[in-house]
Amino acid sequence: MSDWSKALGAFAPAGADSPTISGNRGLQIEEPLLFEQDMAGRSGVDLPPPPDVTDRLGALRRERPIGLPGLSEPQVVRHFTRLSQKNYAIDSGLYPLGSCTMKHNPRLNEKLARLPGFAELHPLQPPATVQGALELIDTLAHWLKVLTGMPALALSPAAGAHGELCGLMCIRAALDTRGESRKRVLVPESAHGTNPATAALAGFTVDPIPANERGRVDLAALKAKLGPDVAAIMITNPNTCGLFENEIIAIAEAIHGVGAYFYCDGANFNAIVGRVRPADLGIDCMHINLHKTFSTPHGGGGPGAGPVVLAASLAPFAPLPWIVHGREGFRLIEAAEGEARQALGRLKAFHGQMGMFVRALAYMMSHGADGLRQASADAVLNANYLLVRLDDVLTPSFPGPCMHEVLFDDRSLKDTGVTTLDLAKALIDEGYHPMTMYFPLVVHGAMLIEPTETESKETLDRFIAVMRGLVAKARRKESTAFHAAPQLTPRRRLDETAAARKPVLRWRPTVPPPSKAAE
Amino acid sequence: MRYLPLTDADRSAMLAAIGAPSMDALFADVPPAAQVKGLFDLPRAMGEIEVERALAQLAAKNLPTGAAASFLGCGAYRHHIPAAVDHLIQRGEFLTSYTPYQPEISQGTLQMLFEFQTQVALITGMDVANASMYDGATACAEAVMMANRLTHRKKTILAGDLHPHYRDTTLTYARFAGFDIVARAPQPDTPENIAALVSEEVACVVVQNPGAFGHVHDLAPLAEACHKRGALLVVAVTEVISLGLIKSPGEMGADIVVAEGQSLGNALSFGGPYVGLFATRDKFVRQMPGRLAGETVDAEGRRGWVLTLSTREQHIRREKATSNICTNSGLCALAFTIHLALLGEAGFTRLAAINHARAIGVAEQVAAIPGIRLLTPTFFNEFTLRLPRPVAPVVDALAKRGVLAGVPASRLWPDAGLDDLLIVAVTELNTDEDAAALAEGLREVLR
Repeated sequence: MSDWSKALGAFAPAGADSPTISGNRGLQIEEPLLFEQDMAGRSGVDLPPPPDVTDRLGALRRERPIGLPGLSEPQVVRHFTRLSQKNYAIDSGLYPLGSCTMKHNPRLNEKLARLPGFAELHPLQPPATVQGALELIDTLAHWLKVLTGMPALALSPAAGAHGELCGLMCIRAALDTRGESRKRVLVPESAHGTNPATAALAGFTVDPIPANERGRVDLAALKAKLGPDVAAIMITNPNTCGLFENEIIAIAEAIHGVGAYFYCDGANFNAIVGRVRPADLGIDCMHINLHKTFSTPHGGGGPGAGPVVLAASLAPFAPLPWIVHGREGFRLIEAAEGEARQALGRLKAFHGQMGMFVRALAYMMSHGADGLRQASADAVLNANYLLVRLDDVLTPSFPGPCMHEVLFDDRSLKDTGVTTLDLAKALIDEGYHPMTMYFPLVVHGAMLIEPTETESKETLDRFIAVMRGLVAKARRKESTAFHAAPQLTPRRRLDETAAARKPVLRWRPTVPPPSKAAE
Repeated sequence: MRYLPLTDADRSAMLAAIGAPSMDALFADVPPAAQVKGLFDLPRAMGEIEVERALAQLAAKNLPTGAAASFLGCGAYRHHIPAAVDHLIQRGEFLTSYTPYQPEISQGTLQMLFEFQTQVALITGMDVANASMYDGATACAEAVMMANRLTHRKKTILAGDLHPHYRDTTLTYARFAGFDIVARAPQPDTPENIAALVSEEVACVVVQNPGAFGHVHDLAPLAEACHKRGALLVVAVTEVISLGLIKSPGEMGADIVVAEGQSLGNALSFGGPYVGLFATRDKFVRQMPGRLAGETVDAEGRRGWVLTLSTREQHIRREKATSNICTNSGLCALAFTIHLALLGEAGFTRLAAINHARAIGVAEQVAAIPGIRLLTPTFFNEFTLRLPRPVAPVVDALAKRGVLAGVPASRLWPDAGLDDLLIVAVTELNTDEDAAALAEGLREVLR
């Protein structure tokens, strides 16, 4: 086990600092990389020997070893169990990451997505054998269309940013059809980074619009930017300051007045679902993050799903495939012809994130029209409760009420020597995932807190008490403790500068295998 | 509602604390004309029993591949997923965590991503891989954009046997970016000489291996031709299990490798969610799209992991980012990593050998049927048959008998004159009985 002891050395530099010999700290168990546990000849899968055949690979059979490690099943199970125990998760506690809507992920949804009638469907089966799957997608589309008031849905985008791309490409296609080559897209300074990145990817130039002193789009500044070269505006509503754009109808009228389109980033739809229909606000297209509003699990970074609802003016350009209902049941349109002749091509392989569709529909059906309306109200109530319970110790960036998330800046920490980052790291030691830090960019030292509707009042009260205690501690000039935080985690603060300066992005054997050495 | 912890008493107390007379008062910023007062015309809340019943009824209207003799492939493959995979990815600490933005409490996800990146680099024969893309097709489009950035050239050649969904996704991404894409027509019968088309204007050539019809290509001569003219070779792999038996794209000179990773650990799930793999050479890493996990040390000098080189990404670089991707396929990448960890070198190469051998067996059996011709002299686990009549009705007829015989080429290349081609995939899950059912079905339907 020399590899293990080597790895142990890397984990826990021996010395007086380490409280244990192993480097482990009770339930926090150090775990080497898979590659450091390799033992040739081990496998976690039993497969029969392959039948003896003459291969049909031309002369292209692999000759060199790949270098994958061999582990047995118990080792693999233990490895990933230990890794999992180094993660914070919604299942473990409050996860108030603003703009990310980290709400409870019901396990019923996991169970249903795994029904063989969904999980074992191949995307290219004859449509007659997948009528239930197509009906499920059509039902999901119906719910989303009713909730948004929009007439059409593009189902294939795989995540929010992919949905943005879909929406902006539909706008480009519509403008092309009108014979117009408008190039400018207006994006508020408070927008998610994906908005300007997407606009650029779709071939537009980005023109930022400032916020007013109330944290909303500055309507006068917006109007001053309008012209015949403006293609679209991208607005998040409620916006990333947690505020409803109360002049949104005037914004939509102004945008439409110059012949441009209104894209809405639907990341914050959770605040208004069941209460406000985006169509009534003048929105022409909007992506919906099923992994936020409709609770499909975020999985440590995906998969998501970002279907896009479209106004009638953009619907003909929805990317392929389309699901339509005809005399012989549901069918898929997979080529740009007939009624789909103006469709954008494909945005990904196959038909969209089916596994996420099942979960999202189960979530919606569980809530029903009544539960969804209650959920958005509770999300907004929870955020406002945090706002009033914290506004004397933290500085709200803008007056309330807020929507589903509340934005504070770092003015309250002035002269304490404690930054937003320090406060976040101290929260980690207290057992909480921090809020979103330093976003949006329009206020200094932003702390964006989104509790979601699935947190109880008791949980919020405890969090409020902890936050108040931490601010009091900061005001007592105990900044040194903050700078050292977190201290009780599997790792202390990590050196991100070193990681970027000399990137180590994969494991490599310390001694190259013989075949490589022979090169 | 079972997911909402607030009671009416809580709500009243909280409204009082806020000083709001009602819930509606919290929505005062919403223009009154846009406020919906009543309930939407949608069903009311349901318990677990009702929801499960309703969705199980929809599921029952489908024919799962596991209940049929299935030979469907073309970018999505039915493989055995070891039981431990699904158990481990459902641990709440993986399932219900966010992107690892707070590394001190995300070391599990970060170490897993570092392991995923290493596995992807190893099997593709490349230096470095990212933390995943949405799927193989979007990874392909991103690779073309990256090649354009790297070479400052605008022209891309797509091989005729690149999966049409990869081709179409690339065309969609390129449509408004001003790239010139030359998508070659499919030529299932004859080898394509792309090397002759590579000029000094070409940013990259995209080829698939094995090709969409099944052919196994030696890419080394094409790589040489590309490099001689300053172009990059992008290799797409739709069936990653093939990398256990076929020489890796890296070994044959690829500059960027993109792949669909679904075959490892991920259910077919009617086409998604899947996991895109993206690997390249060290020297190109700063132009890569997507997230990267990297090694570093913590304040006590202990090894740990962080997301790194994020100045390429949208949340820092905004409109100048290498891609707009944010959420990727984290949990699918985890499933991939666990499955490949269980297989290991011995299991992965053996699994590939079994797939190949079983495919040869089925190919020989069906090619012996009068009127059927095997079109692909080389293949891994997927081959193309020419039938004496249009394939689509044959496939529909066989589906009625519980045999999912393969994908008609006309579904992927409509109007390309390929109506008589059937693409058949065989994996370790296909039994001898499946093979017999396919052969017998074809024999009878073609009689």
